[in-house]
Amino acid sequence: MGRFSFFGEGLAGIDLDELKGKLIVLEGTDGVGRSTHIGLLKPYLEHHGHAVLHTGMTRSALAGKRLKQAKEGHTLGGITMSLFYATDFADRLENEIIPALRAGFIVLTDRYIYSLMARAIVRGSDPEWLREVYSFALKPDAIFYLRVKIDDLVTRVLQSSGFDYWESGMDMHMGEDMYESFVRYQKWLLAEFDKMVENYGFEIVDASRSVEEVFEDLRVRVDRVVARNGY
Amino acid sequence: MAGGMKMYGKHRLPGRLIIVEGIDGSGKSTQLMLLKKWLESEGYVVYSSEWNSSALVHNVTKRGKKKKMLTPITFSLIHATDFADRTEHHIIPPLKAGAVVLADRYIYTAFARDVVRGVSAHWVRELYGFAVKPTVGFYFRTPLDVAMKRILGGRDALKYYEAGMDLDLSDDIEESFRVFQGRIIEEYEKMVDEFGLVAIDATRSIEEQQAEVRRIVSDGLTGTKKTRIRRWVDLASLARGSQE
Repeated sequence: MGRFSFFGEGLAGIDLDELKGKLIVLEGTDGVGRSTHIGLLKPYLEHHGHAVLHTGMTRSALAGKRLKQAKEGHTLGGITMSLFYATDFADRLENEIIPALRAGFIVLTDRYIYSLMARAIVRGSDPEWLREVYSFALKPDAIFYLRVKIDDLVTRVLQSSGFDYWESGMDMHMGEDMYESFVRYQKWLLAEFDKMVENYGFEIVDASRSVEEVFEDLRVRVDRVVARNGY
Repeated sequence: MAGGMKMYGKHRLPGRLIIVEGIDGSGKSTQLMLLKKWLESEGYVVYSSEWNSSALVHNVTKRGKKKKMLTPITFSLIHATDFADRTEHHIIPPLKAGAVVLADRYIYTAFARDVVRGVSAHWVRELYGFAVKPTVGFYFRTPLDVAMKRILGGRDALKYYEAGMDLDLSDDIEESFRVFQGRIIEEYEKMVDEFGLVAIDATRSIEEQQAEVRRIVSDGLTGTKKTRIRRWVDLASLARGSQE
């Protein structure tokens, strides 16, 4: 018996017993510091002799570039965008994540199906349908949910890159300006993430603390996952 | 949110959706073209839903095929993305406007093709759960040999994915195409009952088939919007008549 399983029927022709690595997900809404922490975890793990693959959304060889263009032009409908993201994800799962796990890597992924589902749900997709669509995905070893309150998030985003069109849900016309729209959209996303905590076994990491504190918390949790014997 | 997401069969739109399915060489496109002419002359607002999806999605599909980057799952997903775009831009809006929408191939093509590629039948049906249920779905039933005769010779080289070459059925592209299409036919046959497709015997004459198609379609058109174009057609034919 291997450690890994699919959410549903999964991909044909994959021998799960061959997957020896660990799949670790960092989830959370925009601007919570996911990429900062992956940037810290990767050298930490490598220092301890682990091979690490860092992957994230819209990076597939198949669809990544076009997906980014689609976001810029925003002419595609909600269902089309959802499926476009699913295509990008599937390509990365088959061509990056699974081969890396087979080779015994620790895969650190910046977001996973949960962000894709949350974003699609707030844009009107049916949650049940999304669960079915993503049933080919691998269940991760751990999902660390970097959680913040909306007020912290607003401050953080203002201090870094400012409000972005998509991160503010401007495509959904939710407020008079970027600020209003951002707050409403992100609150809604946070609510969707919170609903997933129990269903998918998220481990909540309080991301309102300093980067050092959050990293120390994550590091201990990641060490535990890495040390865990899978069988 | 504009009313949330409607799943298969839950759409309540004033238009009608007529789709044709069948393997290449079944004559379905010819039948759809003849149906279109008739509907237009009857004064219906007809919209042909071509596979002209957004360039972005189209380019990914084209590139993925050309570079042979597609696996059964990504093949299925990129085509579903393409179909979603077609649904959101070229099927739902004209149906809302009360048009008779015609589609050459529909979700059943994907179900047959993807299942033959080894994708789960349940999963691919769920994947297309957002599709609009057709008013009538025709299946042009053709023996493989008849279809093969119509296609080969008449067309240029068969394409890699179209011939199912990714399935390693045969090194010979024509033989691979034959085996692949044979399996597609098996999947279509299973779907006739499952989705209530109307099977048309495509070995009969074009005229006989068209007469049956028109009879079945007209039963589904009660209450559908017509334009006044018919009067213009009539006037035009009157004009021609008076000149003779």
